[in-house]
Amino acid sequence: MSADPAARPAAGSSLADPAPGSSPVLDIRDLSVVYRTPGGDVRAVDHVNLALGAGEVVGLAGESGSGKSTLAYGACRLLRAPALVTNGSVIYRGRRVSRPADILQMRPDELRRLRWREIAIVFQSAMNALNPVLNVRDQLLDAIRAHLKMPRDEARERTASLLDLVGIPRSRLRSYPHELSGGMRQRVMIAMALAAEPEIIIMDEPTTALDVVVQRDILAQIVELKDRLGFSILFITHDLSLLLELADRVAVMYAGQFVEIATSDEIHREAAHPYTKGLLNSFPSLRGPRRELVGIPGSPPDLGHPPPGCPFVPRCGYARPGCEDVDMRLLPVATSRDPDHVTACPFVLPDTPAPPAPPVTSGSPAGELGT
Amino acid sequence: MSEQTLTSAAAARGPLAMEAISVGKDFRIGRGHTLHAVRDVSFNLYRGAVVALVGESGSGKSTAARLLAGQERLTSGTIRLDGKQVQVSSRGDFRRYKSEVQLVFQDPFSSLNPIHTVRYHLERPVKLHQGQDAKVGQEVVSLMEQVRLTPAKQFLAKYPHELSGGQRQRVSFARALAARPSVLLADEPVSMLDVSIRLEMLNLLNDLRQRFRLAMLYITHDIASARYFADEILVMYAGEIVERGPAEEVTQAPAHPYTQLLVTSAPDPDNLGSALRGGGRRQGSATASARQQNLDGAATQGCPFNTRCPFADDLCRREDPALMQISDTRGAACWHLDVAAPELISGPRRGEDTTTT
Repeated sequence: MSADPAARPAAGSSLADPAPGSSPVLDIRDLSVVYRTPGGDVRAVDHVNLALGAGEVVGLAGESGSGKSTLAYGACRLLRAPALVTNGSVIYRGRRVSRPADILQMRPDELRRLRWREIAIVFQSAMNALNPVLNVRDQLLDAIRAHLKMPRDEARERTASLLDLVGIPRSRLRSYPHELSGGMRQRVMIAMALAAEPEIIIMDEPTTALDVVVQRDILAQIVELKDRLGFSILFITHDLSLLLELADRVAVMYAGQFVEIATSDEIHREAAHPYTKGLLNSFPSLRGPRRELVGIPGSPPDLGHPPPGCPFVPRCGYARPGCEDVDMRLLPVATSRDPDHVTACPFVLPDTPAPPAPPVTSGSPAGELGT
Repeated sequence: MSEQTLTSAAAARGPLAMEAISVGKDFRIGRGHTLHAVRDVSFNLYRGAVVALVGESGSGKSTAARLLAGQERLTSGTIRLDGKQVQVSSRGDFRRYKSEVQLVFQDPFSSLNPIHTVRYHLERPVKLHQGQDAKVGQEVVSLMEQVRLTPAKQFLAKYPHELSGGQRQRVSFARALAARPSVLLADEPVSMLDVSIRLEMLNLLNDLRQRFRLAMLYITHDIASARYFADEILVMYAGEIVERGPAEEVTQAPAHPYTQLLVTSAPDPDNLGSALRGGGRRQGSATASARQQNLDGAATQGCPFNTRCPFADDLCRREDPALMQISDTRGAACWHLDVAAPELISGPRRGEDTTTT
């Protein structure tokens, strides 16, 4: 990876609009992560590439165990043994850093400077991520004082303004996590992530445990803050319907690899990969005609012993001879107008007719037993 | 009350199995305060039909399920099973009741005992509810086939941590079915599962409903899945049913302002370009006040939704509206239905047929 010496000048204020086509702030190249187990390596993330542009919202979709969180945490060096990053590079090009740097090669002190100030994370369950014995203000102070050099008074003032940012009344500064509703806790998590005005925020299922009304509020708030402060978001979720509304681009992950990457519009209208099509057909829709939904039968493969070729074959209604030789390279969708719409399936196109209805559930059919 | 004259949209499916009549539950929360978790809630469950209870966390929907399951004592009201009032005063009563009414919990990660195998989880209720002389082994295998945990032999010796979320929830379903119940109360049965598996589990529940003619209460915060799965939807807010009616009608033409908020908040992939993407800056200030309102809790006086409702006036802040009838099968508890849902009140109803699918 040649470091781009013409990195954008540091002059850009944090309010600047992201320039489309500029070099990505985060460039994940050929990243592989394995979990070392007695039974052999489990390939959780397998040679993936993903770029996150300035001010961009990229959605990472996939079911549990698909490697989406491992990918994000691996890229930030947050994984512990038995997880091991075995390959790749993660180039960070922030506006505040002088030159691009590979996160995977950073020394501990460099990492410390990177975290929170450049890349912050909103963890999945705010209930567990907040310290139950510290009140909101002390938790925020903790984060600020660990990562920013700031006089005590100023830091206190900052905690209050952070709560303003996420729409929590200042009277809540002295509240403990258990005194807050789920939505408020998640807002506190977001406020913490914003504490040092990072360039990138990774959000790992930030709204999964919340009600739809609160979820929409928080997402609207995130988008508003993103527009105002100009950070980029890597948004991890298994809820594709949510991503389609929120993200600029969506990367669909299956069994540690990307199977399709495209803009939300393209995914919505012209999903090419059978897994993406399956995901799209998995959530009941509130609007439009009530259609029969099938979901995706079966369960993901054992990554300790991945099948040859495309890992989705056992669950794929479109499966055909040749699937076990597919090398999972992402190639442009032939019929798409968008050259950046890539898919790992060389056989199925957006307009390929759906296969006959797959079996309703996994396993062998139960037959009509019992009463 | 007018709601007694409403016919449930689920009634066409089969005979009446369970009735909740003006059920209420209060919790004392210290310093003389009382939380009215469930207030004057009435609905019926019918064999072979699904009634969905939809609401946000804290709306009392899980408490309602626990009341029906006999796990909480009623503060007021009556529950009837097959026409007989439910009286659970002894352990024997409770066991007999449990063999008719089973509850499936939300979290398959904590509702199974980590130190016991699948076999243990299923053998116990079989022995308990069908007697020691039942062909236990055979029954367990048949249960596992019902929930499509096959081949059964492969799963019997496994512990919960060796199963995926979907497989664990299948074990929960099988465990509930072991009692051969007539009523199944499913408390957010799929919300902890991946989106790709949810649908499969709902289809499985639907299959079980048909096969065993179960009267099912489906509790969820996902109104879209209720549309897909349920015959009737009851929308709950702050312990009260604020709207009820056939699933398709409630989701396509919501009457109560809270139901309207729920429906507009649901993720909508067809809503490209507007709302969240790029629209955040422009609509930001407009939604800020609404967002502040959403932080507010339910009102303690008058209509519980009045603190968040765009149509609220003095009447709403003073008096809590009862469920007003909109049609034979629909009702909503709102003083201002003429403003909130004018097309439902004035003029003939829109040409929607009651879904009987």
